[in-house]
Amino acid sequence: MSRQIGEVILDLKQVSLSFGGVKALTDISFDVREHEIRAIIGPNGAGKSSMLNVINGVYRPQLGEIILRGQHFSKMNPYKAAKAGISRTFQNIALFKGMNVIDNLMTGRNLKIRSNLIQQAFWWGAARREELAHRAKVEEVIDFLEIQHIRKTPVGRLPYGLQKRVDLGRALAMEPSILLLDEPMAGMNVEEKQDMCRFILDVNDQFGTTIVLIEHDMAVVMDISDRVVVLDYGKKIGDGEPDAVRANPDVISAYLGASH
Amino acid sequence: MPETASSQALDTFPRLLLNHARIRGSKAAMREKDLGIWQCWTWQGVADEVRALACGLAEMGFKRGENVAIVGDNRPRMYMMMTAVQCLGGVPLPLYQDAVASEMLFVLVDAEVRFLFVEDQEQVDKVLELQEQLPQLRHLFYDDPRGMRHYTQPFIHDVRELMEMGRLHNRNHPDLLATEVAAGAPHDVSIMLYTSGTTGKPKGVCLTHDAFICAARGGVEFDHLSEDEDILSYLPMAWVGDHLFSFAQAMVTGFTINCPESAETVMNDLREIGPTYYFAPPRVFENLLTQVMIRMEDASAIKQKMFHYFMSVARRSGAEILDSKPVSFSDRVLYALGNFFVFGPLKNVLGMSRVRVAYTAGAAIGPDLFRFYRSIGINLKQLYGQTETCAYVCLQPDGEIKFDSVGKPAPGVEVKIADNGEILVRGPMLLKEYYKRPDATAEAINADGYFMTGDAGLFDDEGHLKIIDRAKDVGKLANGAMFAPNFIENKLKFFPFVKEAVVFGDRREMVCAFINIDIGAVGNWAERRGIAYSGYTDLAAKPEVYGLIQDSIEQVNAELVGEGPLADSQIHRFLILHKELDPDDDELTRTRKVRRGFVAEKYGVLIDALYGGKDSQFIETAVKFEDGRQGKVAADLVIRDLKTFGTAGREAA
Repeated sequence: MSRQIGEVILDLKQVSLSFGGVKALTDISFDVREHEIRAIIGPNGAGKSSMLNVINGVYRPQLGEIILRGQHFSKMNPYKAAKAGISRTFQNIALFKGMNVIDNLMTGRNLKIRSNLIQQAFWWGAARREELAHRAKVEEVIDFLEIQHIRKTPVGRLPYGLQKRVDLGRALAMEPSILLLDEPMAGMNVEEKQDMCRFILDVNDQFGTTIVLIEHDMAVVMDISDRVVVLDYGKKIGDGEPDAVRANPDVISAYLGASH
Repeated sequence: MPETASSQALDTFPRLLLNHARIRGSKAAMREKDLGIWQCWTWQGVADEVRALACGLAEMGFKRGENVAIVGDNRPRMYMMMTAVQCLGGVPLPLYQDAVASEMLFVLVDAEVRFLFVEDQEQVDKVLELQEQLPQLRHLFYDDPRGMRHYTQPFIHDVRELMEMGRLHNRNHPDLLATEVAAGAPHDVSIMLYTSGTTGKPKGVCLTHDAFICAARGGVEFDHLSEDEDILSYLPMAWVGDHLFSFAQAMVTGFTINCPESAETVMNDLREIGPTYYFAPPRVFENLLTQVMIRMEDASAIKQKMFHYFMSVARRSGAEILDSKPVSFSDRVLYALGNFFVFGPLKNVLGMSRVRVAYTAGAAIGPDLFRFYRSIGINLKQLYGQTETCAYVCLQPDGEIKFDSVGKPAPGVEVKIADNGEILVRGPMLLKEYYKRPDATAEAINADGYFMTGDAGLFDDEGHLKIIDRAKDVGKLANGAMFAPNFIENKLKFFPFVKEAVVFGDRREMVCAFINIDIGAVGNWAERRGIAYSGYTDLAAKPEVYGLIQDSIEQVNAELVGEGPLADSQIHRFLILHKELDPDDDELTRTRKVRRGFVAEKYGVLIDALYGGKDSQFIETAVKFEDGRQGKVAADLVIRDLKTFGTAGREAA
């Protein structure tokens, strides 16, 4: 691999998040380096999705801060996150089911559109040129994810595995520098998982995108990620390279469930 | 006349190309859909790229007479590479893109391939897998750079580098290409196509410029094709049919070939391009019809009613209207209405609104299937030929279509039937030889210069050729009656539920069959009846499915009674196989023909059980997955007895 893992670009410091009396995350710190694939694992309810939601500002942690490329965000929100180049996919696909694949991917370009509503309504001049440029970008994503054959199919009619791929496509259409993937392989069969792994590795390799992913399939996590964070009951119990994490006794008892 | 002078010189493919660049340089020659937009190459553009490719190859040390292997989907640059190689007096050698590495090995070694042009990373990986067994390999070029960033081997090059090199070379030696093209002769080998090898090792069939140009011109004349045709090139480039239709005929007339975006988008691309000239093996027509029927079953009641009503009108009069035969006025009116409401939209969905001539070949087409397409107004015709004859022996003339014949001998072709029933052909389109196999060449071409096709056939009263079976497959039952397995299998395969069938009976007292169900059609049928199943093996073993197939076979038995000498070939017992026959397991050829001998050997236990009177048999079979992994499928197969009919029509049980 020619890819060079760079400096820390995303640093989470002592993040704590609670909903009323429920502590979702307690005092969690970890960092993400540029161009790396960083996995978050843990049993159900460990706080993995909450962690992602904190990173892209859906949840605001009561304590702690997020440092993105040296910039401190104590109050991240989804808009700021997106502006800063963070895009994500969802565990329960959140696409527009009635719209076709192209239109769904075009929504990923929304933030980059400069022309105003009226120009767009008449689809004239700058608005037209701009949309064509965005469409070209979307076509690149379609080509990259090999979904040419479903370009004009309404997303609701697609099988689950392909919907997941479209979900990834929309995140990619934003040309993110950091991509958050929430269980990209949940509910897929072996072949679909292999395809998805290949796409994730390709994204990382070709565009140098930093990837933070939550995944349950241990084989996948150990195979593709550079470093792994392990959460349990909202606390961090392990952090390091896959082999080190696999050998960590806390992790074994909490998650992998193997006998000691 | 200058006209004749120039057409005399148009006797090799490179000369044809340069001529197109001269007289219709700005007309579209090739199109390919890339990033959602149809990209176009004019004839001049094609000529320029071919020049760059050819000069690049020359710079790399390519020598006259060398073979260049080409592996990939139908891409404009793949076709251009063929002409580039021909410009330098080399021989392009297209391979099936879905062949696994070990299958490619034999051909690459046999043809001493030094230069290889492949489409993408997948193909590069296959070649690298074989690298150690290919000491003669010098250069490997790829067309699609995706995923190729980390390949640092010095002999792997992006084809764009080759073209860049070629452009530089061309600047320094501007006369090279003209000299090389002038040195080519019509009797040079223009292409080598390996036969799929139903028997033994594949053989390289060497075909000359002259042979293919004659075959292409004959076809063009026969169907009055012009430079305005559009064709979708989606069949494997290694297949003679694609080479005739997408390469040779396009080169002869100057019409446009269109390459689909990917194998999955063919249906869409077909609709967008709306080809005027269309070629597909029966299997494709069958799949299209199955899809239409499945969708019709899900349509609303009104639509279904309308569809079935107008289809009955079409069955009655559609084919006659197409053949301009007399049809009653009321049927004409009804057909016109049907065309507006049903046939027109249906043809549009199928991408066949503009089709003037469509051909099918490669296997027998079911009469119902054939009639369906003709009755909705698509001029579908059959042709007969093989790799050794440039896919060009017999064609069905317009207005003289019979579903059970393959038409009359094509212009310039002599056809005769040998005493043993084998079809012999002679003409300019014959192969020059089998590559490095004088023994096989001598075996295939007799002393009078006739090529022995290996097919058994006969001419009917109107001079149409009817194919019965492979000459060597025609056998005898124990009681001496004639046994033509393909003939029976084709009858079985005409049922939408039967995907593949293999019948046995040579030198045996009765005929028995293996059946593969069509998972799409049977699956849909099962869902409609609320029969749950987990996969092919499970579905195939359902008693309801057995019942369905049993009905179909008994219908065939009833038909066979009327086939004179074949009445004794009625099927007595059958079973449904637990896995689909697959080319990856060597059970089918790459063109999806059953390897009878191999199947009989592999499933010997099952045959013994069929003839041994057992009513079930356990079997475990190794299977190869597409990525090369191995697995096992096991099942306890049920064997059923069938009703047979006496020749007088009485039930004999």
